Amino acid sequence: MLVFDRPKALCDVPLHYCPGCTHGIVHRLVAETIDELGIEGKTVGIAPVGCSVMAYDYFNCDMIEASHGRAPAVATGVKRSDPDNLIVFTYQGDGDLASIGTAETVHAAARNENITIIFINNAIYGMTGGQMAPTSLPGQVTQTSPYGRDPKLCGYPVKVCEMLSELEGPEYLERVTVNSVKNVRNAKRAIKKAFQNQIDGKGFSLVEVISSCPTNWGMTPQEALKWIDDKMIPYYPLGVYKDRSAGIFAHSQEASK
Amino acid sequence: MTKEYLFAGFGGQGLLFSGKVLAYKGLIEEKNVSWLPSYGPEMRGGTANCSVIVSDDPVGAPIVLTPDVLVAMNLPSLDKYEKAVRKGGYIFVDSSLIERKVQRDDVNVYYVPATRLASENGAPTLANMILMGKLLSVLDSYTEETVDAALKKCISARHADMLELNRKMMEIGKNYNE
Amino acid sequence: MADKVLMKGNEAIAEAAIQAGCRHYFGYPITPQTEIAAYMAKRMPKIGGTFLQAESEIAAINMVYGVSAAGKRVMTSSSSPGISLKSEGLSYLAGADLPALVVNCQRGGPGLGGIQPSQSDYFQATRGGGHGDYHMIVLAPSSVQEMAQLTIKGFELADEYRMTSMILADGTIGQMMEPVSFDFEIKEQIEKPWATTGTKMARKHNIVNSLYLNPEQLEVTNIERYKRYDIIKEKEAIAEEYLVDDADIIVAAFGIAARVSKNAVNQARAEGIKVGLIRPITLWPFPEKAFRKAAEHAKQIICVELSMGQMIEDVRLSTECKVPVSLCYRVGGMIPTPDQVYQAIVEAAKKGEK
Repeated sequence: MLVFDRPKALCDVPLHYCPGCTHGIVHRLVAETIDELGIEGKTVGIAPVGCSVMAYDYFNCDMIEASHGRAPAVATGVKRSDPDNLIVFTYQGDGDLASIGTAETVHAAARNENITIIFINNAIYGMTGGQMAPTSLPGQVTQTSPYGRDPKLCGYPVKVCEMLSELEGPEYLERVTVNSVKNVRNAKRAIKKAFQNQIDGKGFSLVEVISSCPTNWGMTPQEALKWIDDKMIPYYPLGVYKDRSAGIFAHSQEASK
Repeated sequence: MTKEYLFAGFGGQGLLFSGKVLAYKGLIEEKNVSWLPSYGPEMRGGTANCSVIVSDDPVGAPIVLTPDVLVAMNLPSLDKYEKAVRKGGYIFVDSSLIERKVQRDDVNVYYVPATRLASENGAPTLANMILMGKLLSVLDSYTEETVDAALKKCISARHADMLELNRKMMEIGKNYNE
Repeated sequence: MADKVLMKGNEAIAEAAIQAGCRHYFGYPITPQTEIAAYMAKRMPKIGGTFLQAESEIAAINMVYGVSAAGKRVMTSSSSPGISLKSEGLSYLAGADLPALVVNCQRGGPGLGGIQPSQSDYFQATRGGGHGDYHMIVLAPSSVQEMAQLTIKGFELADEYRMTSMILADGTIGQMMEPVSFDFEIKEQIEKPWATTGTKMARKHNIVNSLYLNPEQLEVTNIERYKRYDIIKEKEAIAEEYLVDDADIIVAAFGIAARVSKNAVNQARAEGIKVGLIRPITLWPFPEKAFRKAAEHAKQIICVELSMGQMIEDVRLSTECKVPVSLCYRVGGMIPTPDQVYQAIVEAAKKGEK
């Protein structure tokens, strides 16, 4: 009897991610979701530029590789090519989504584009070898902030869920993490909801997954998961930032009611 | 035969519209035509002009540099283009907006107080069509049928009420004598 | 005249695109091409199509990338500075072998430049524009009728060869109105088995991608792509030849410059000067054969351009510099007059007599 199997929506190939990286977990959660919702045959995924650039080789659904940061624009095109039949998701890192692709992210959200975005925030540029990301924490040492990120010189981190929650457009914004079994299960719930929202025609749904990068953080995988609890979550609080259907809004929108 | 027209004045005076009516009239008469506007931020209030060519042959360069016919609706336009008009050509001047006379004596000049006439007849924005009426009657090409057909092409069904008013202004221009 | 309507060149492109079955347009406003967006904004919702004003030219070209990947006919349009922004996307479209139609209604540059007509994006268009080894099919209309015709052709070629077709127009052709007939025969669209339309669990997943980390593999894809380009060069180059057969002097010009030049050629012919015009309609592939043939009898070539001399390089290359080629130009939004071209012809004729 099999108790633990590979989701069908995940290809039977070795992933190239570093040991201890949480991309693998999130890939699995997305694939499980696709399986459970029975949507593999109508799903098109958009891979970013970053560590998950080769995600097109890992998902069994049709896949497109976008240029750096433009995945929400590409997804907009795909979704609008056949809005009634296709399920479209992007899978993007923090450099891709919150730096070079900020405009595409914000405007896809403002349009309430009926797509699903899985946003991996690990506070670093992994693929290029550990440079400062838009989400790197104040004081965080990276290759391009060797003395620690100094907000006076390079500004403060971008809090994507908080920022987007101020927009009228998006349907659903939630921040989760995958550093414990409990948190993984919660992340799965959020990811599934983000896809279900699209199926129900509710619109732009983004799940920000606080992730680890043991290699570029210079830690063991276990230390990295603990660092998420100690450093990341205090700066990036978990929770639902917007859920229009459930009546959860950002402060300013609540105040305007 | 090729005739080159230049409509010049302020943006908002309906010069592009005049040109379009003329171009459509040419098309209806099975001529080759081109219509080229000046474009850009000067479209409202600044200087605007519009080149129209009506020809028996295919139209080459669509930009009118030496017009056979100039319609001038403000002084800067007359100053700028008077010298460019081909010898023996025509200049139509809105004399309610341009006080000076045309200096040349080798062209045919018609002064029509179009803006005043338009206001007096309840259509202050249609001075362009008064000049158009005059232009067509002078150039002996004012056939009710084609003028009507051309107007219908240029005025959308939504503004059908404007059709009669345009027609009326053209009549006034046609019948105006200094 | 029965079926002819007066239309701006830009509007003719939009209408032709719709007739060619394009139901997706993405763009960002910029003078002098905005009529295309305005036309699409009006028409697309009424025919079940998509018009979307994107947040930037970059987003627009990537939306095009998405629709194209999903197998549908799609277009965007812009003017020079906007095309620079789209160049990233143009390179990715080429790298992923995706078909698309892109309009560049050129204005003066570089930088913000001006808003008046120009042809100074010739290099950018014919050499690719973005990074990497690639080409686009570049079509240069010189009338409103051709704006429509070449738009339809552009979609067909793009699908056939899986690449971008660019309509390289200019502010004049885009803004001017001429009679246009839409009496076109539109070919049935070809199948796109490579498109990401969802596997429907009936086939292996399709991947649209331009990333090849293995250099041997990337080399092969480049070489294969260039084999396709060779076929296009062989089959698709077109030029209009006007009074070329007995010409001592050839005027070479495309788009608006060709219209101006035709007036000058006619005038010079009336004076007995043996001059003809070659008007490239495809700028890539460049109609090399037409020039090579003309160079067998012509003694001089005058290139008329709204640039500091860009097409002139292709004219020289295709004639292998066997015939002297001179430049007659205006830039910055200025247009050469027929008289300027005529004077250049007369001067050339005098030189020829010596």
